Amino acid sequence: MSTSDQQAARPRLAVPELLIGIGLLACAGAVAWQTLSIPVSPLYSKVGPTVFPYITMVGMTILSLLLIVAALRGGWQLEEEKETPTDWKAMGIVAVGLVANLVLIQPLGFTAASVIMFVLICHGFGSRHPLRDVLLGLILALAAYFGFARALGVNIGAGFIENQLNTGLDSIIRMLRG
Amino acid sequence: METLSHLAHGFSVAFTPVNLMWCLLGTTLGTAIGVLPGLGPALTIALLLPITYQVAPEASFILFAGIYYGAMYGGSTTSILLNTPGESATIVTALEGNRMARSGRGGAALATSAIGSFVAGTLGTLGVAFLAPVVVKFALSFGPAEYFSLMVLAFITVSAVLGSSSVRGLTSLFVGFVIGMIGVDLQTGQPRFTFGMSQLLDGVDVIVVAVGLFAVGETFYMASRRYAGKDEIVPLKGSLYMTAAEWARSWKAWLRGALLGFPIGALPAGGAEIPTFLSYAIEKKLSKHKEEFGTVGAIEGVAGPEAANNASAAGVLVPMLTLGLPTSATAAIMLSAFQSYGINPGPMLFMTQANLVWGLIASLFIANIILVILNLPLIGLWVRLLKIPAPQLYAGILVFATVGTYGISQSPTDLVILYLLGGAGFLMRRFDFPTAPVIIGMILWPLAETQFRRAMTISNGDWSVFYKHPLSLTLLTLAFIGLIGPHIYAFIERRRTRGPEHVPGDA
Repeated sequence: MSTSDQQAARPRLAVPELLIGIGLLACAGAVAWQTLSIPVSPLYSKVGPTVFPYITMVGMTILSLLLIVAALRGGWQLEEEKETPTDWKAMGIVAVGLVANLVLIQPLGFTAASVIMFVLICHGFGSRHPLRDVLLGLILALAAYFGFARALGVNIGAGFIENQLNTGLDSIIRMLRG
Repeated sequence: METLSHLAHGFSVAFTPVNLMWCLLGTTLGTAIGVLPGLGPALTIALLLPITYQVAPEASFILFAGIYYGAMYGGSTTSILLNTPGESATIVTALEGNRMARSGRGGAALATSAIGSFVAGTLGTLGVAFLAPVVVKFALSFGPAEYFSLMVLAFITVSAVLGSSSVRGLTSLFVGFVIGMIGVDLQTGQPRFTFGMSQLLDGVDVIVVAVGLFAVGETFYMASRRYAGKDEIVPLKGSLYMTAAEWARSWKAWLRGALLGFPIGALPAGGAEIPTFLSYAIEKKLSKHKEEFGTVGAIEGVAGPEAANNASAAGVLVPMLTLGLPTSATAAIMLSAFQSYGINPGPMLFMTQANLVWGLIASLFIANIILVILNLPLIGLWVRLLKIPAPQLYAGILVFATVGTYGISQSPTDLVILYLLGGAGFLMRRFDFPTAPVIIGMILWPLAETQFRRAMTISNGDWSVFYKHPLSLTLLTLAFIGLIGPHIYAFIERRRTRGPEHVPGDA
């Protein structure tokens, strides 16, 4: 249980934990707003659609208040986590990679967007061989695309690269079948 | 002896060439993802959920179960050679296993963990085969009120009792509840928690949540901690064969670990942490080589916990198959695979889907045999996987994460939710919130609501059903004790230890 955390240290406000508590309280507020806006069903039922949302709302509120109290008493972060500085730059580059993928996946198709994301994430993690990463990313993205699209029958966004390859693959299959 | 004939039938299902191939594919994939840090069985099975639209239920569950078992075997390799436990269940294996590897006995550590996993996995699977029908007979008498109370108990145990803090565990669980309720209420047709967005009417797919928390969140976390220092791979030295003395020290630990792990896994609480830690404590106490613990590494300290881990993984399948009650993230995702086939796990499963259930159990025995072969003679192959550099590994994980998520409905909205959940997953990892309760909560909360409504309809709106049925009352009482008990205990302990010596101001 959490009672052993930092018993000896003098209680001090822990800002990151406090922000998490406040964020969760805001979530509880959003849950409350959404719960109150569930229309009362014209259909008869013993337990309406709002009972469980209300339970969730109350639970979320109590828990976020408990977390805020814990934050005011010094928080709960492990010493090891506190001492490791967060590499914001690396995280930022990874986030840019994700956003690039999100924006580009429809105009460029899955493979091209994935390669860009792959290279950016590798860069964020400290890789300094962009050309090798482009090649690796391309191989992986195509493997993922054909694995999912062809084997699992999942339809994912096809762009220029996929269409060319699909046409090629289909003609090869046709040739093999004679 | 009915079980034996069922099992024989199960083997006839599992031994078809196609199903053997699925089993081989699952175990290989499972070992690989178990070895790779940052990938786990829950994430992998979530990404492969679309396969349920393509193949027969037997095939996909044999695949999933192979991944589930395989990840347990593979995870121990990483703990021993890299000292980065992929999941909480293998923390204990890393304690002694990594020390053994450093003192040049990595081969023996890998061997005892693979053979121990085999012994315990086989015993655990036997346990599933013989215990499940008993639980089924018992569960047939359950009414909706009992099911609801059982789910409440499971909610409390998976979030509040296990893990480092009950408040943070419950917070994760309630976040899961919120996600689980997004969408149209099936009974009344009312949209809930959709914020007026039509994309949310169908609810949030478990794939998006699992991938967001486990893949995207983990990638952010690893990126944020580049300063934390790197773990070195201990080169594999020494033969994989254990000496007679090492066998003698291992086999009792395997059996004790299996006997500890299976029952605890089979309880509606689940979790492999408690049995592995208990097994470690017991082995340390019973060992004649106490001086090796924490120094050069004691083989019992690897053999026992590793066996406990695998037996409890098997145990988790009992409540999942017989009651439809998942107690781990992986089991919750398997439950959603059942739902995708329109099958409801529960006592009726053993009658209506005998082929599926017994074929699955039989394939688990086969999986164990394949796994011990994959993980001993072929160990060199998996060690090579550990050398994949982190940048390409995590970038690759995200490529697959994108395919798996975008493929559900080709909607960028899913990707936005995925990345937001990834951010949440990072914060949870950084601030020590467990992630499994989110998945369990989102899958189980709607089911709990259904049972609650049924119970209230049968009782004509009378709340007393939940405490007038003795079994339901017992389950709710246990849940209450689980929630409050540890706090009272801690309070008393604090009173006692602080007592007279406590001088104000010395803190």
